[in-house]
Amino acid sequence: MEKKTTDKKKACTEQSRSEEIKKVFLESGFEVKPVYTFKDAYGKNLNTEEELPGQYPFTRGIHPLMYRKRPFTIRQYAGFASPEETNERFQFLIKNGQTGLNVAFDLSTQCGLDSDDSRALGEVGRVGMAIDTLEDFEIAFKGIDLDKITVSMTINGSAIVLMAMYFALAEKRGYDLKNLRGTAQNDILKEFIGRGTWIFPVDKSVKLVVDTIEYCAKHVPKYSPVSVCGYHIRESGANPVQEMAYAFCIAKAYSDETMKRGIDIDEFASRLSYNFDIYGNLFEQIAKFRAGRRLWAKIMREEYHAKKDESCWLRMIAGGGGAGLTKEQPENNIVRTAYYALVSALSGTQTMALCTYDEAFTIPTEKAAEIALRTMQIMMHEVGVCDTVDPLGGSYYIETLTNQFENAICESMKEVDKWGGIINAVATGKIQEAVSYQAYEREKATQEGKILKVGVNCYRKEEEKHSVEFHPYNVEAAKKQVEKLKKKRAERNNDEMKKLLDAVREDAKKNNNLMPSIISAVKEYATVGEIIGVLKEVYGEYNEPIFF
Amino acid sequence: MKILLAKPGLDGHDVGVKVLAHALKEAGHEVVYTGLRKSIEDIVARAKKENPAVIGLSILSGTHQILCEKMNEEMKKSSLQIPWIVGGNIPAEDVSSLEKSGAKKAFATGTTIETVVGYIKDLKGRI
Repeated sequence: MEKKTTDKKKACTEQSRSEEIKKVFLESGFEVKPVYTFKDAYGKNLNTEEELPGQYPFTRGIHPLMYRKRPFTIRQYAGFASPEETNERFQFLIKNGQTGLNVAFDLSTQCGLDSDDSRALGEVGRVGMAIDTLEDFEIAFKGIDLDKITVSMTINGSAIVLMAMYFALAEKRGYDLKNLRGTAQNDILKEFIGRGTWIFPVDKSVKLVVDTIEYCAKHVPKYSPVSVCGYHIRESGANPVQEMAYAFCIAKAYSDETMKRGIDIDEFASRLSYNFDIYGNLFEQIAKFRAGRRLWAKIMREEYHAKKDESCWLRMIAGGGGAGLTKEQPENNIVRTAYYALVSALSGTQTMALCTYDEAFTIPTEKAAEIALRTMQIMMHEVGVCDTVDPLGGSYYIETLTNQFENAICESMKEVDKWGGIINAVATGKIQEAVSYQAYEREKATQEGKILKVGVNCYRKEEEKHSVEFHPYNVEAAKKQVEKLKKKRAERNNDEMKKLLDAVREDAKKNNNLMPSIISAVKEYATVGEIIGVLKEVYGEYNEPIFF
Repeated sequence: MKILLAKPGLDGHDVGVKVLAHALKEAGHEVVYTGLRKSIEDIVARAKKENPAVIGLSILSGTHQILCEKMNEEMKKSSLQIPWIVGGNIPAEDVSSLEKSGAKKAFATGTTIETVVGYIKDLKGRI
């Protein structure tokens, strides 16, 4: 029997040798062998300890039963025009089976400007919903039970204000903050690398993130104050190894700063979550997540001495991969995103969101959002991805790649240490420089046809006519938003408002945690722009280093 | 040639503009990049200072029409005779209206780097 197996292996290897085969490399740099064997995956050591889901280091998943017990949350990204229109889209998504919300804000809100600010011209309600005061949140979440639907907010530079508004809304509606769930993206360090909605200098920006972590640890313990985003770092040109490495360095930086305030790792680490990218080689991404889970658990346990298992969990949202989608033949993106959904499920994600097929053009139409929702539902209910945990665990190829990834992510993290740590590497533009050059190389390779993209550099249709409809910009909604803001400013108690904003200023000057005074101010309808304006007076603004 | 690349408005997508910056540099040009979130006034003032042969605006948030009209206005006010071009997430059907608004050339989504670099090279002969 044994002899026979050896013969088979020999035959296989010889066949590979005799043919001229093209070398294949993954984006992360690993060479792919045509065939993987037990030896590749487990080495010579036959006593390799078996890894199980729900057990440290959680390579195979953070829960023992994963989707068998509870499938991933579907949380499609949505928000546009005014809070009124956005509320309608939220209701539509919930009615159609979505189990969480993922809120998109317009760029003025994200940059901390009010809707009537001259710099917000043309941006109000364009790429997300416009929020100026708590009144807008009251409208946006009307009729939505915040206990049943968890809300995730894609907000960064002005996150502390929007989180304060969300907590104020919950309190006003009678929810106990001790039980309130939800997530804020609130990962400012990655905004300096990609996405670009930074406001304050790097150190002050990090201080604000830490304020929210500290406040949540003490008062809103089930809320996830930060979702560290490898996603945008990868979209900016990082390879999958760098995506994980830089995200881990960022999460460590927030953790270090939080611990400096005397907070124990186990008081907040379990509420840190991640947002990762999916596009690219299917196996490479799956291995990336398995290795990521293992490594993050080890970092938390061995480096940070976290006692609780929950502190060691890498919890994530994954499914999107905007850089993989194309403007050409946009319907092809439906197929691409279905593969991305599969990768995400096979990787053991907690929450899933897909890019919609029309996102290379603009924000999603209702139809496009529905197709994305159905894509995830078809996968969840029709093809068996929820039946067994980590179904690719034990695959020689996946296990080999998982080990390779773990080592490579460690190496990449060491490189960041050499650059003086992630905060310094971001502040000096070191990381931005590295990833932007890779983005250029990748674009060049695509245009030269070295990386194949269907519909773009192969199987291209010349004179393409678009058969898809696009989401239009609602000018009227933007005008109404400005009117509503002006009315609110006029009718609130402005003497009281001055005092509340002064309190925020004082706290900023004294380096106090800003969350309590911001919550007090937003409850009386202070605007996003007013609070951010006060903080700009104290902190100044970020001066972007120019690197490319 | 000296080229000024700029990001007007609040849009934070800078992968494309940086890719182009690398390509232009490799093609032998001198590239000045403004960084994110500049007002049109900032950009025109920078152009006055740098005196580039061409200005490139990169806009992906959908505000290209409004920003290009503003650019046209400010360029006229400044009486600078520098051609400016625009690219980013620009639907093909918006190209002609942007060119009517004063853009020397508008590049729709999906334009290759080669096309833009080639256009700038040809522009040299005409200005």
